Amino acid sequence: MKIRIKFAKRGSLKFIGHLDVMRYFQKVIKRAKIDIAYSEGFSPHQKMSFAAPLGVGLNSEGEYVDIEVNSTTSSKEAVERLNQVSVEDIPILSYRLLPDNATKAMTLVCAADYRLDIRAGYEPIFDLKTAFTRFMEQESIVIVKETKKSQREVDLKPLILKYEAFDSYVCLQLVTGSVENLKPELVMDALYNFMNTELAPFTFQITRLEVYGKKSEEEDILIPLESFGEEIE
Amino acid sequence: MRKQALPDEILLSVDKPARYIGQEVNMTVKNLDEIDIRFCMCFPDVYEIGMSHLGIQILYDMFNQMQGVYCERVYSPWVDLDKIMREKNIPLFALETQDPIKDFNFLGITLQYEMCYTNVLQIIDLSQIPILSADRGEDDPFVVGGGPCSYNPEPIADFFDFFTLGEGEEIYSEVFEVYRKCRDEGLSRREILRKLSSISGVYVPSLYDVSYNNDGTIDAFIPKYEDVPQTIKKRIIMDLSNTYYPQKPLVPYIKATQDRVVLEIQRGCIRGCRFCQAGMIYRPVRERDVNYLKDMAVKMIENTGHEEISLSSLSSSDYSKLQELLTFLIDELKEKGVNISLPSLRVDSFSLDVMNKVQDIKKSSLTFAPEAGSQRLRNVINKGLTEEDIINGCSLAFKGGWNKVKLYFMLGLPTETEEDMKGIPELAEKIAEEYYRIPKEERIGKVAITVSTSFFIPKPFTPFQWSPMCTAEEFLNRAYIVNSHMKEMLNKKSMKYNWHEADVSLIEGFLARGDRKVSKAILNAYKSGCIYDAWGEFFDNQKWIQAISDAEIDVDFYTTRVRDLDEIFPWDFIDIGVTKNFLKREWENAKNEKVTPNCKVQCLGCGAATFEGGICFENKN
Repeated sequence: MKIRIKFAKRGSLKFIGHLDVMRYFQKVIKRAKIDIAYSEGFSPHQKMSFAAPLGVGLNSEGEYVDIEVNSTTSSKEAVERLNQVSVEDIPILSYRLLPDNATKAMTLVCAADYRLDIRAGYEPIFDLKTAFTRFMEQESIVIVKETKKSQREVDLKPLILKYEAFDSYVCLQLVTGSVENLKPELVMDALYNFMNTELAPFTFQITRLEVYGKKSEEEDILIPLESFGEEIE
Repeated sequence: MRKQALPDEILLSVDKPARYIGQEVNMTVKNLDEIDIRFCMCFPDVYEIGMSHLGIQILYDMFNQMQGVYCERVYSPWVDLDKIMREKNIPLFALETQDPIKDFNFLGITLQYEMCYTNVLQIIDLSQIPILSADRGEDDPFVVGGGPCSYNPEPIADFFDFFTLGEGEEIYSEVFEVYRKCRDEGLSRREILRKLSSISGVYVPSLYDVSYNNDGTIDAFIPKYEDVPQTIKKRIIMDLSNTYYPQKPLVPYIKATQDRVVLEIQRGCIRGCRFCQAGMIYRPVRERDVNYLKDMAVKMIENTGHEEISLSSLSSSDYSKLQELLTFLIDELKEKGVNISLPSLRVDSFSLDVMNKVQDIKKSSLTFAPEAGSQRLRNVINKGLTEEDIINGCSLAFKGGWNKVKLYFMLGLPTETEEDMKGIPELAEKIAEEYYRIPKEERIGKVAITVSTSFFIPKPFTPFQWSPMCTAEEFLNRAYIVNSHMKEMLNKKSMKYNWHEADVSLIEGFLARGDRKVSKAILNAYKSGCIYDAWGEFFDNQKWIQAISDAEIDVDFYTTRVRDLDEIFPWDFIDIGVTKNFLKREWENAKNEKVTPNCKVQCLGCGAATFEGGICFENKN
């Protein structure tokens, strides 16, 4: 059976890197006595895979991990049991059964919502709301993306699916995943560049709010990854 | 949201910020309104090392079970954060509440190795507590030391308000009780220390005067007041199956050095190797009940989610119920996906069978610690292991499919000759030849023998405490002899040789048998920028040499000097149970190449029977 677990990562736990979160979950699953399936071989490991790694320093209200189990309790009981053995700032939000032929969360990911809050003491010299609106009114937002090997020009605009700007924060829906991936920091870099100022490090506290996949091959409708599963009664 | 002592900007600029945020699984949270004693427990090394230490986990659990006491933790900030904290004048904080340590009642520091001494000063200094105990005021926490290095506390006596000698489980409820009473009476810091000194096992350095002879040795060590004890006897617990043990150990987020459940099966060691301090200071041997251990193992695995468990003791093969315990662990835990990581066991058919079950033979190796290259020298150090044991063990293992062997030795042992040194590669050669005695078609590839040597450092409370230590040049010369002789071996291609740094061994030797005068050198070294001396990449020999010479100290006095049998040692005021007379006898036996039997075979009257328990009494029923 395939299960999708949704969790949040809050407070100081934003400083725990992705690999450590993976190790943390292996232990949570064991403490909660979830009947997880193991791989074969001399040193078997839990069948577990994460949706989209979250950078160190980012909070999240919508992280996902898929696991495979031999048997399961109800969703309600599993969430309770998991939360009993979790730390306060990594609460388990849902535990849902996936169809047997479900695509892995990692492959499914195609967009994510972010909220970017200006930290105290980092207020910009411009008005965030108007600036962002003007920024998005451009026909294209071309930046030069530098990789280790090459430089290439990328138009950010089609990768920004939705946006809403406020006085002290911005909400963005960005293309995410293994094919195309836009980091929220890059959008802000481009914005500050557009405003002819430099983006100081740590200006924004970023929170990932949700991660989405396409509802089906045919329809271009985005739904949260947890909606691919069903509550177990 | 919980408090965070360091702003995001700092945490995002340093390596592994998870070292500084606390909030690990099984961390204790308490309501500060109900707390009247705040204790910060420190392991003066980086988080990943400190979090692997069992002793702190035990005391953390025990203190936090006490009403009114909140025990928190701190580890050494890594060099990157160290720099930032100094620049920005940020006080060092405890992980749990993230509150500054200077506001606590106690800062307890465990002293596991001498090379952490500058890190001790770093902790005190970054906490913004005066480094010298004499400079501390009424509002400063009491800085207390414990652990193996406090068996010679003199080199660091100036930095500590008091030490507790022995096992922490015994002593702290009394310390807290006396402290509370004194505080209620409104006593001053000095008065409180005086009261604490009456607790058995507590040593308050400021209450003693030391006078020296013209040659620099100690003339007398005298309490300043009549009510202050002349000798301090270590405290230990006798019933290890009926005491504190953390059922819910802390589980860090980042990978600690010891990323597994640690099950301590016994304390002490029956063997009596003459170089080994642990073998003397932890006497007598006390075992934990096997049923207690089985129960603990299951609970700790459930409460941590760890996927590995390891046994801890000085010599696990000597634990009387080892077979029963390991069989249980394999049967009970293996199928739950828990690995059993084996301590180095004596290689015999039983241990090979166990290894076969829990390890991948292709990856695992056999470990032997003969410590010396010849039987003569092994007799000198009282290491029971014979060449026959090693060859037979290897032969058995080779037939079972193993082909990797690790050998550990020491160079610079008392009476060591060139012949003894050459015995090291020769033993490796004999092992290799044993391997090639197996028919070719039954062998799995080549044999790989790794030989490692460390340099012998005489430690207090061992029969070798009278022994001179080699100079750095002499150490390297001996390593050179081993290395060149290895190249003459027939099977040299199957051998690899590693040797330890000589400079750092010398400083360790200097600190291990130091007296109060040595503290000045430690302070100088710290002030010149030395920290993390136990880390090869940070140890700066030049700075240490300069620090010692600025303190007008002659290193040779502490390292290479031949000590008189009747010399008063800085640590002589401590009573570990084992008597100085026994150590003297053993020093004589060593020089006569005479082996003494282990505690299970025969009692030699070392003195540990004064604790009225453990192995000293088991065999007499």
